[in-house]
Amino acid sequence: MKRLENIIEVKNLSKQYKDQIAIDNISFTLQKKQTLGLLGPNGSGKSTTIGILLGLITASYGTILIDNIDITSNQRSKILEIVNFASPYTELPKRLTVKQNLEVYARLYNVKNIKKRLEEILEYFDLEKLINKKTGDLSSGQKTRVSIAKALINKPKLLLLDEPTASLDPVTSEYLRKFIEEYKIKHDISILFSSHNMSEAERLCDQIIFLKKGKILLQGKVKDIVKNKNLEKIYFNVFKK
Amino acid sequence: MNIYRIYGLCLRHIYLIFGSLPRIIDLIYWPSIQIILWGFISKFFTLNSNYYSDTIGVILTAAIMYDFLFRTSISYNIMFLEEIWSRNFTNLFITPLKISEIITAITLTSIFRALIGLIPVSVLAIPLFGVSIFKLGLILILLLLNLHIFGVCLGILVSSGLIRFGPAFENIAWASLFLLAPLGCIYYPIDILPTWLQHVATALPLVHIFEEARNILINERFVLQNIIYATSLTLLYFIFSIFIFHIFFKQAKKKGTLMNMGE
Repeated sequence: MKRLENIIEVKNLSKQYKDQIAIDNISFTLQKKQTLGLLGPNGSGKSTTIGILLGLITASYGTILIDNIDITSNQRSKILEIVNFASPYTELPKRLTVKQNLEVYARLYNVKNIKKRLEEILEYFDLEKLINKKTGDLSSGQKTRVSIAKALINKPKLLLLDEPTASLDPVTSEYLRKFIEEYKIKHDISILFSSHNMSEAERLCDQIIFLKKGKILLQGKVKDIVKNKNLEKIYFNVFKK
Repeated sequence: MNIYRIYGLCLRHIYLIFGSLPRIIDLIYWPSIQIILWGFISKFFTLNSNYYSDTIGVILTAAIMYDFLFRTSISYNIMFLEEIWSRNFTNLFITPLKISEIITAITLTSIFRALIGLIPVSVLAIPLFGVSIFKLGLILILLLLNLHIFGVCLGILVSSGLIRFGPAFENIAWASLFLLAPLGCIYYPIDILPTWLQHVATALPLVHIFEEARNILINERFVLQNIIYATSLTLLYFIFSIFIFHIFFKQAKKKGTLMNMGE
């Protein structure tokens, strides 16, 4: 019964590169319509976990179910139709216009009625005036909006965000945080994101996981963990040990 | 395979080509320079040698055909490299696209890119040097198809290396075709090569393709055996390159090189 409520189920996941352990036997679930934050210092295994969930990295051990489908099954395309991803470390083709980029991705995600979906998404992100601008000519704030628009083009059930506000100015970061808060309320979406920003995680997440050297140090619901301290203090306490 | 997704990926590259005039000029410029250069060299040979009755026709036809192969393969590599240069690799590989769809889309777009170069130079060679590759008749389609698929094989092999070893493999991408050119017997018959190299060269479809082109132009006869050898070898290389792509893709996923691949 419980399984049906989970969009992600990770059991005993490990990833080893030659002599380095990137992920060390971690297990967690993400319930539908919830937000899970993967928190930890550089090299803790956050991006590797996201890479495995996206099917870009093969796990050494463990099982992962996304919407009850094993990601190692031959239904990779089916899973990826309901998942999407955004990260400041990836970009959209700079020489294509905003509209061209979104149209291409709409086709790659099998979006039905592309014209209608493009109109919706362009209006949602206030991108109508930028549609014929080349993506490479946009400001970083505009690029972020286009990148998130691409990540939502297929109305994903699961959105993965790898350090979404890293290297963004405060205004754009706040725009993004506000957007995530509002979008979650209005849409049937589950979000998993990695971050170094504790106040951001406290504000956006229902659950968090503290990772260090691929191991889970702490996991649980934010409201249970935080109580009367703030998450940043807890983070320092956990990682000092 | 999903045609809708294949079209989506083709569209990404078509938008890129038509969004930039310098890009279109670049596709036409290099083949034209190549043909003009070879045109004058072969004109010189024609005036100073009586080995071939139609030296200029033979050499120029070979140059145009080799350039088509070169453009196909380089186009394939460039389209892959474009995703790395634009840091779009991760975005692309997390879409529902299957490997077969990526290969099909890039193969279709590379023929389009190669034709942008081939058609103007083929037409240009007629008034400039009085040479028409269309003299090869309908066989030209078979020869070009073989060259295209072999160019795609080389493209797939280099792309496999890019996926497996990352952008550092880029230099191999540029060098790959120059390595095969001497063995391909593009401008000369296979007898020119030392005997031991002839054995190596016959394993390449290029030898049979260019041998057949010379056959038609010089002896004015069609040898089916050459086409059969060329097509069989091309198909073998195609199967082999796809096999390598799958293996390297699997290894890249193990190594984690697909995540955040970019310059």
